[in-house]
Amino acid sequence: MHIVVCIKQVPDSAQIRVHPVTNTIMRQGVPTIINPYDLFALEEALQVRDRYGGEVTVLTMGPPMAEQALRKALTHGADRAVLLTDRHFAGSDTLATSYALSHAVAKIGESYGAPDIVFTGKQTIDGDTAQVGPGIAKRLNLQQLTYVTKIVSIDPTSRELMVERHAESGTQMLKSTLPCLITVLEGVNAIRRGSLDDAFRAARSPVLKWGAADAGIGELTKCGLRGSPTVVKRVFAPGPRAEKAMQMDINDKTLAEVAADTVTAIFARQPVLERKLTSHGNR
Amino acid sequence: MVARKNETPANAVGRASSGKKLLKCFEDHRHVWVFMELERGNVHPVSIELLGEGRRLADKLGVQLAGVILGSSEGVGTKPAIEEAFAYGADVAYLVESPLLANYRNEPFTKALTDLVTTHKPEILLLGATTLGRDLAGAVATTLQTGLTADCTELDVDGDGSLAATRPTFGGSLLCTIYTLISRPQMATVRSRVMATPQRADKPIGRVIQHQLLMVEEEIVTKVFAFLCNSGSEQSDLANSDIVVGGGLGLGAVGNLQYLRNLATTIGGGVGCSRPLVQKGWMPADRQIGQSGHTIRPKLYIAAGISGAVQHRVGVEGADLIVAINLDQNAPIFDFAHIGVVACALEFLPALTDAFAKRMAPHNSIKVMDRGS
Repeated sequence: MHIVVCIKQVPDSAQIRVHPVTNTIMRQGVPTIINPYDLFALEEALQVRDRYGGEVTVLTMGPPMAEQALRKALTHGADRAVLLTDRHFAGSDTLATSYALSHAVAKIGESYGAPDIVFTGKQTIDGDTAQVGPGIAKRLNLQQLTYVTKIVSIDPTSRELMVERHAESGTQMLKSTLPCLITVLEGVNAIRRGSLDDAFRAARSPVLKWGAADAGIGELTKCGLRGSPTVVKRVFAPGPRAEKAMQMDINDKTLAEVAADTVTAIFARQPVLERKLTSHGNR
Repeated sequence: MVARKNETPANAVGRASSGKKLLKCFEDHRHVWVFMELERGNVHPVSIELLGEGRRLADKLGVQLAGVILGSSEGVGTKPAIEEAFAYGADVAYLVESPLLANYRNEPFTKALTDLVTTHKPEILLLGATTLGRDLAGAVATTLQTGLTADCTELDVDGDGSLAATRPTFGGSLLCTIYTLISRPQMATVRSRVMATPQRADKPIGRVIQHQLLMVEEEIVTKVFAFLCNSGSEQSDLANSDIVVGGGLGLGAVGNLQYLRNLATTIGGGVGCSRPLVQKGWMPADRQIGQSGHTIRPKLYIAAGISGAVQHRVGVEGADLIVAINLDQNAPIFDFAHIGVVACALEFLPALTDAFAKRMAPHNSIKVMDRGS
């Protein structure tokens, strides 16, 4: 079984701040991490490998520094790492990204055996679009299984698999076939640390660096800025609410008094809520 | 997965000045479409909200609004959905009815929707950012090679008639407005409860345009083996609660979530949190409020120890009243809260719980000591 996992290096968004005056992102000192959702995808891939044998190739598209994310993935236990990096990819939207990544997945297939499953996280924490996974599936004509919570079984002989998929109002049990693309919902499995062996192996393993040509991409017009149908016209910080927040006065008051004032202020603005809370008990 | 590196401000400048023009073959695309998501025959609330938004965009453009209904005639059927589309402002309903569309699967739905678009050429296509909507939108946009903007918080049409889709970016610290200039349709998804629910009008039934699904079951690889409905109201109680209490990193430690739960129990609210708490494993993912969690529109939202990144802001902005408790008086949450308390959430939450209980006590028999445990 050959499994490809697409990961992305993202800034740890919890630590990003916007400059209060210039409204620009303050990136200094913001660490980069593997997109947390992609770690669940990687773990799922490793579990499948543990159960059914085979190997796991991790793939990322990004600037040269994204190599760090791949090295980390190797220490978790991945067997091979491919970095898709080329200036032509700069400014890619989700459509252009799925174009480039799908070519890289195909090339990985040519070089190391066609992938049976391509895994991605359900979305990344910086873009939050959940679009690249379905994009890759469509382009490679893979069965598209998104928001998968559990891989129930895989039959390598008949090439059938059964998965549980999160839907709005319940869980779908889907029966599908390999090859497929699976996007993994968070919290399925605890993420392994990787063994000492993995760490040594990761340190020795090369990260393959592919440009557009290496990935077999002929049509550069479908990459990067030029290949992106969407255009970002304006980036801005959300303005404060027109009406300023009412600040509770805390000077010379006990917390109990401030709390009582706060409840009064809440009920003054929400009389309906006061009637509800005071007439129907605490429900 | 995501817009891999598509939205850094540096790139944004480049893309905005790329001078892209609509390709000639797309010039005859007209009308605004809303995909009507069905759950066993019932219309998902997000589709109703999108009809309201779609009506506004269609009026601005001077074009028609259509609801797109893909379903099967079994069970409830598609008739109620068609009625809802007209009742909430659609001029036209496009209908594809087939047993293959009884349960959601990517292949037949993608086929049905892309065929409809190719035949009738809408300029704007809106879908709910649900698990179904995102699964479908990603596949359809890739098939049609057009632009798709996810999880928009604001939609508008500019002077040229282009769709201006605004969404949070860069981890939610900023907002960006995205255009699809060269291709059609301009696609966008919007989360549930981001847009207001429009007024229902009892409108006479409009025009229904029906299409065949040109596909047979044998062509579809993935089969729905079973469907297990969510048993409890766990999933929906946050999105539908009148009162929500949310906690952030300011609570300091997982044990302190008890203060949050005590308050919620006392005033009968749902408990939610910001993303870092889910990442730390303090709360399950289905409790997360914000761009990648639930969007809420309660009457009262109390945010304790939450700094208020845009990501969180877009999830709570629809609340009627936002009360923020934070020790940092410069926290961004005070920019959009209605009532601000600069205090340590750990100390203030118990005081607030007592204050609520006292106000409610004369009218019922709650004892302050009895709350939560």
